[in-house]
Amino acid sequence: MGPVDYIPRIRDNYARLGYKAYNWVVNRDTAPWAPLRKPLSKCRLGLAASGGIYVAGQVAFHYKDDTSHREIPTYVDAKVLRATHFAYDLSDARTDPNVVFPIDTLRRLVREGFLGGLASRFYTFMGGIYSSRRVIEDLAPRLTSRFLEDGVDAVLLVPV
Amino acid sequence: MTSARDITRACNPPRAAFLDFPLGHTTGKPHAPDLQRRILVEALSSFETLTVPGSMKELPFRWSEDEEWKAKAFAEGDDRTPRHDTPQFQDEEDCRRANVGDPPSLPFC
Repeated sequence: MGPVDYIPRIRDNYARLGYKAYNWVVNRDTAPWAPLRKPLSKCRLGLAASGGIYVAGQVAFHYKDDTSHREIPTYVDAKVLRATHFAYDLSDARTDPNVVFPIDTLRRLVREGFLGGLASRFYTFMGGIYSSRRVIEDLAPRLTSRFLEDGVDAVLLVPV
Repeated sequence: MTSARDITRACNPPRAAFLDFPLGHTTGKPHAPDLQRRILVEALSSFETLTVPGSMKELPFRWSEDEEWKAKAFAEGDDRTPRHDTPQFQDEEDCRRANVGDPPSLPFC
């Protein structure tokens, strides 16, 4: 069986529930391109993930177009990570956050020399932000400026 | 990375790595660190191997022998949680800890 096509599935679901059709982002222009200038083993990697991960003690995300982000210290113990989200089954992310926020995995790849290093902080937010305008005008540029401050060579984006 | 190939194709990011797993597992299965590592090695390698803007690498991993989860992904109905505009903590203890944050946050619970 091929991959699940989510766009028609969600369109049909919305129609059945009487919701207005969702306006998916469709970028038809050629994607912007920045070649990697050095091998991964010399690169500092950043991470942004949309699975609603926060650190115990931080304020959790809310479920209605929340465009805020959380900073996660790169060397935090994964045991204090929490997950909250309205649109996916959280049961696995709550027992092992690495399924949507690969913090232990990335640290291991640095120890093994596969990656040169990691930014000192990672970023999380809660996806399912219906307003793509708010992402384009607020969240995305905010995270981009953080990544530039953090001096990363490449960024891994992990949606859910 | 993505587990929703059609949505990512529509967004058209510079590079993508597609993992054909159920949503909520974009970087692997729980408590399977060696699998999670192999998935990320394959995905991150595409920084070095993809050369055409908009390319998507299909990662060579399967969730299970049968693909029963895909039938469930097509199930009818809306299983999303109501969209509250107040913080939705994983548990009460997290909420209490956020309340005593520095600077003190609003009382959430």
